[in-house]
Amino acid sequence: MTPTFYDEMHTSAADIRPHYVPFENWARALQPGVMARKRAEADLAFRRLGITFAVYGEEAGTERLIPFDTIPRIIPNAEWKTLRAGLKQRVKALNMFLGDIYNGQDILRAGRIPADEVLNNAQFRPEMKGFKVPNGIYAHIAGVDIVRAGAGEFYVLEDNLRVPSGVSYMLENRKMMMRLFPELFAQQKIAPVEHYPDLLLETLRAVAPAGVDDPTVVVMTPGAFNSAYFEHSFLAQQMGVELVEGRDLFIDHDAVYMRTTCGPKRVDVIYRRIDDDFLDPQVFRPDSMLGVPGLLKAYRAGRVTLCNAIGTGVADDKSIYPYVGEMVRFYLGEEPILNNVPTWRCREKDDLRYVLAHLPQLVVKEVHGAGGYGMLVGPAATKAEIEQFRAVLTAHPDKYIAQPTLALSTCPTYVDSGIAPRHIDLRPFVLSGKEVSLVPGGLTRVALREGSLVVNSSQGGGTKDTWVLENGHAEPHR
Amino acid sequence: MLSRTADHLYWMARYSERAENLARLLDVNYQMSLVPHDAETERSSWNAIIALNSLEYAYAKRHDEVTATKVLHFMVRDETHPSSIYSCLRAARENAHAVRGTLTAEMWETINETWLQLRDQSFAEIHSGGIAAFFDWVKQRASLLRGAMFGTMLRDEAFQFIRLGALLERADNTARILDVKYHGLPGAQQSQGDDLVDANDFYHWGALLRSVSAFEVYRKVYRDVITPERVAELLILREDLPRALHSCMQGVVEILDKVRNSRSDETVRRAGQLYATLRYGRMDDIFERGLHAWLDDFIDSIGDLSVRISEDFLVGA
Repeated sequence: MTPTFYDEMHTSAADIRPHYVPFENWARALQPGVMARKRAEADLAFRRLGITFAVYGEEAGTERLIPFDTIPRIIPNAEWKTLRAGLKQRVKALNMFLGDIYNGQDILRAGRIPADEVLNNAQFRPEMKGFKVPNGIYAHIAGVDIVRAGAGEFYVLEDNLRVPSGVSYMLENRKMMMRLFPELFAQQKIAPVEHYPDLLLETLRAVAPAGVDDPTVVVMTPGAFNSAYFEHSFLAQQMGVELVEGRDLFIDHDAVYMRTTCGPKRVDVIYRRIDDDFLDPQVFRPDSMLGVPGLLKAYRAGRVTLCNAIGTGVADDKSIYPYVGEMVRFYLGEEPILNNVPTWRCREKDDLRYVLAHLPQLVVKEVHGAGGYGMLVGPAATKAEIEQFRAVLTAHPDKYIAQPTLALSTCPTYVDSGIAPRHIDLRPFVLSGKEVSLVPGGLTRVALREGSLVVNSSQGGGTKDTWVLENGHAEPHR
Repeated sequence: MLSRTADHLYWMARYSERAENLARLLDVNYQMSLVPHDAETERSSWNAIIALNSLEYAYAKRHDEVTATKVLHFMVRDETHPSSIYSCLRAARENAHAVRGTLTAEMWETINETWLQLRDQSFAEIHSGGIAAFFDWVKQRASLLRGAMFGTMLRDEAFQFIRLGALLERADNTARILDVKYHGLPGAQQSQGDDLVDANDFYHWGALLRSVSAFEVYRKVYRDVITPERVAELLILREDLPRALHSCMQGVVEILDKVRNSRSDETVRRAGQLYATLRYGRMDDIFERGLHAWLDDFIDSIGDLSVRISEDFLVGA
């Protein structure tokens, strides 16, 4: 069976979707060899800039480039408008959900979500109960993974509400495309993304503790050996704020200070790129060397804001995912604009029976897992792997959900043998501060192996520049 | 700025400066070894390089004899001890990587590319490409970094701590080069200032001056034959020669004044005191004390300042 995929560029081998026509015309007119030269130039520039990520499990300090593909992923304006509205709606509801479950728990009392799913979830943080965060925002930065399937409809695959990464690649990819192919940007109106760091800083400043007029914002990183260190350092630099590690901070009378060359300096907002577990050894993992002892107490005293808040993981957990539509209806009184992927919850007897009977067609995911490690992709698995997974699933059904294998859309991509369709997804970054905002597009990830549906950079994924076309043509340059 | 950030910047600069000065020193030694002379002189000149960096033990563990090629390998590309050019440039890059957001893109790219290019070369490749060309490359990369820094960096605290690291390291390195070379050289002990120096000495003193890029400077300043006393004077007391001790300490004092904090008064005072000996000192007095003893004291004072700067600024409250 050959599944049919929605291709972002082509409707058939010969026909191009209208929003790709200017690009195609430009590409056709290129002298032979130009593209190969430009790709080599991009590779060299990325290496020189050190835009790399560290790979866990390989030799310490190994740094790899994330492959960058020079064919952009283009989104027509009308489609983006729908996506944008849907994303804002979804993230708003998710933030309201978090505020609710850590306070009044209306949605649980109303029976719209089973209380045990939330309260017994490992990601639910009792430490956050009865505590009001500034502006009621928990997930200040959300990276929502979106895919397009069969007939071209969009689905939300995952809401990443903890420490979503990838935005630096979105920005560097754009910079690279403008450097390599400036003429493309002169020909068409491509919505800019470069103001993301400004929006981010505005968002972070907007959620400072009450009474702080000119807040000091910092980015907190686990350190130079973290896989996303480049991004931490990049964002701090672009916002013009300090990049701190846990050891640079200390707490005094429930206030957070950083150690500077001129003595202690007060910190008001921490954009932390460290998981909850490592934030404060006094409360969470006592062996954490990355955190700051006493940070949670200072946070609960309202003396410092953490972005994202502690305990957001319960809202992006795969076991809660099926209820996001309910959240939109419950809190906003609206119908969700974006679709969820149909999901079977293996904790339900009927669902489990169906899943066990259809394993070869389904994707089965661990509910508390992340990063594409603890999952079964039925169609790509061997008989033995399926049977192995069946045993695990039968033993711990409540740890898994299952979804149909989506026919992820494809986009033409440079591969060894030339240009070929490869599966892609999209991660827009949604910022919530005073209001909800996002830059057009996001990060497009591409699965470079033929037939692969796994786009994670740790699993051989690459990235593309993502264009949202604005209506009308660009003014010719004079 | 963050103490840790300042610390990384300071050490980035020190390692970078150290790699450059090592290249200068090795280059000169290599050039000198091309001038006809006996085997003992050559051996002792390479021995001096090892002693200069207090590496006698580390060297003896790896090599059983002192030859030009072995010392060059040891000082250039040996990654198993921290004092080779390779290890210095790696440490410079690691420190830069930890605070890359504080550097301008030009600076970071320069440091990173230097490291990437060096990393991929074996000693055999470096040697076959001509060791002199390699030393030129190290010096050029250092100049490029300095140029990128002066040309692109905001004159903020980050800039000051980079300069501070570079100047302290340079003062230390110049003093060490002078100490070792001066006493390893013919004519240094008995020379009487206006004596004519024979041709062989001329090469040695010329090479020492070239190692700090001061050969033409000497000519310009003295318009006379090269004498050991004047070489020492040039490298110690000149205010306007960037690698002279006076010039380095002037910069250190200036920067310490700019970054001073509530803890740094004593450090500022000691730096000022050391600077005053250069600003108002006379060569005669230095020679009377004995150049070697004087340089020894100077190197100790730089060490003391380094420790104090680290405590005052880089460790954090």
